[in-house]
Amino acid sequence: MSILVKKESKVVIQGITGSEGQFHGGQMLDYGTNVVAGVTPGKGGQSTLNDRVPVFNTVEEAVQEKGANTSIIFVPPAFAAEAVIEASCAGIKVVVCITEGVPVHDMVKVKKVVDQNETRLVGPNCPGIITVDECKLGIMPGFITKKGSIGVISKSGTLTYEAIDQLVNVGLGQTTAIGIGGDPIIGTTMKDCLEMFEADPETEGIVMIGEIGGQMEIEAARWAKDNVSKPMVGFIAGQTAPPGRRMGHAGAIVSGGDDTAEAKMRILKESGIGVAESVADIGDLMKTAMENK
Amino acid sequence: MKIHEYQGKQIFAKAGMPVQDGYVFDKIEDAETTIKRVQEDFNTEDVVVKAQIHAGGRGKGGGVKYSPNFDSALENAKNILGMNLVTHQTGEKGQLVRKVYVTEAFDIAEEFYAAITLDRGKGMDVFMVSSEGGVEIEKVATETPEKIVKVWIDPLLGMKSFQARKLAYGLVLPKEAFKSAVKIFMQMYQTYQQIDATIVEVNPLILTTDDKVVVLDAKVNLDDNALFRHPDIAEMRDLNEEDPNEVEAAEYNLNYIKLDGNVGCMVNGAGLAMATMDIIKLAGGDPANFLDVGGTASAETVKNGFRIILSDENVKAVLINIFGGIVRCDRVANGVVQAVKELGLKVPVVVRLEGTNAKEAQVILAESGVSIIPAVGMKEAAQKVVKAALSA
Repeated sequence: MSILVKKESKVVIQGITGSEGQFHGGQMLDYGTNVVAGVTPGKGGQSTLNDRVPVFNTVEEAVQEKGANTSIIFVPPAFAAEAVIEASCAGIKVVVCITEGVPVHDMVKVKKVVDQNETRLVGPNCPGIITVDECKLGIMPGFITKKGSIGVISKSGTLTYEAIDQLVNVGLGQTTAIGIGGDPIIGTTMKDCLEMFEADPETEGIVMIGEIGGQMEIEAARWAKDNVSKPMVGFIAGQTAPPGRRMGHAGAIVSGGDDTAEAKMRILKESGIGVAESVADIGDLMKTAMENK
Repeated sequence: MKIHEYQGKQIFAKAGMPVQDGYVFDKIEDAETTIKRVQEDFNTEDVVVKAQIHAGGRGKGGGVKYSPNFDSALENAKNILGMNLVTHQTGEKGQLVRKVYVTEAFDIAEEFYAAITLDRGKGMDVFMVSSEGGVEIEKVATETPEKIVKVWIDPLLGMKSFQARKLAYGLVLPKEAFKSAVKIFMQMYQTYQQIDATIVEVNPLILTTDDKVVVLDAKVNLDDNALFRHPDIAEMRDLNEEDPNEVEAAEYNLNYIKLDGNVGCMVNGAGLAMATMDIIKLAGGDPANFLDVGGTASAETVKNGFRIILSDENVKAVLINIFGGIVRCDRVANGVVQAVKELGLKVPVVVRLEGTNAKEAQVILAESGVSIIPAVGMKEAAQKVVKAALSA
């Protein structure tokens, strides 16, 4: 078990013939991801990635011809919203949107559509999902992971890698690691991930890495207090970020009140989550929590 | 992206909203003619002289002056142009006023607040109005939240007129003014949508003594990610209002924000960059900047990042922290070596490289002959760089 993606997931890559789609498509295949199709309008009928993947004009065809049920999107920002909606309308169940720089007005509409269609969207502007040794639906380096029992949730890419690396160093492997993205509107929240990890029998502990801006970490922590039975470790990036400045991620901006690192760390602690004051302590804290459970 | 009040009002006026309007000057020799033109074109003796900077709180800081006649307007204009305006949003060092907006003046009966922004939690836009305008809305929200009326807008339906009416009822207006407010709110929402704004705020929206509703101020922030479809608005960008280093960094696809400390840092990824700043602080240092070199850092971007960090004279030591995923550490190492050779090593540099090709990178650094300080793990890296900064 794991969450969202597994060995059997049938993956379609939207934007497969672009440079990102080509590079990461190849990496995903090498990892063992079951890539069954690619989509690039106008290039249907071709095959790509050394003849390993057939290309279709529409997601609908990829679903009908190859049974695709999972999608990853590498299309430019101006077309990314449309690509998510296409996947959702074609009946794809899990969609990861890697694209960075999707206009937020587009995402507000997309969010409404995927909610209505009950599509699980992850991202945009995220590193994607990896279920260790089964399916890499994203751009993270697969070789840093190790199969194990910890679920990892993060808003950020490289900070996810940092956490995975620390976990491996203390001897803890992962079930699934999921980077939900740092934009103001994203498909899957931290609370959504917690619900899935709590329900997954293979996951025995959870690392949750947040940052300044928004209320998502707080919502997740409050839910965890009454509903998560597994040991949890949290970290919030941006303790030194000045208010009113957007720190790289479009959503990482302190606008006053509960969205500072300090406030979030306090609420995580109050909810019974082990909080790492320093990013370097994530692995050790998780190890201690697993030993004491 | 932020724009000035006068630019926001141009956008509002184009959408048909009644704004308090006027003209802008940026050279003191144009002050007289600008004031006279406003007096003539708007048929008014009294005017308002308003500093144009990208920060709120201008009135309290002395950057907005009511001027009953030409002489006082000219005096105010001379005082405001070129002044260093300090507000709660500019920080202590303030912002130089390079543009002055001279507008018509109104007799104000009441001041309201109106704004649209994204409610991240609900995933919908929220339109807020309040009968308490002209003051900080955060204060109203904490002290008298019942005085704020909100409607959430379905993204697939857009704002409906019943919602605009609900907002206008919240302000208790005379009949004609009520109709006018409903129309203004609809136009305001359409503008917000049309230009991909992240916030449009009118504070205050006023009721004049002759029952007109007028937009007196305009704060408009745009979504940088959507500027590609608004070339006309992208042109409104005023680079004078932005930090020159940040502007330069953006040209190289680097995300740089200058801070006040003395430990420079260069990191890949926004989350890791913030965490790096935090751990520098925990180690007893003070970060000089946020710098995210992004997911595709090449030798060239690393070099440019390095140069921008070192252009800050406060920087006493630099930490390079890269977790290679897509980014290959050997390329980063080559960039560091190249940068050090070209720019010279003015301050100690601590380098921590992990992930893809980290071993190759360590070899490159060791064999290069440049005297960088290697570190393993973020904790050690932070301790080493802080120590280096303190002994510099």
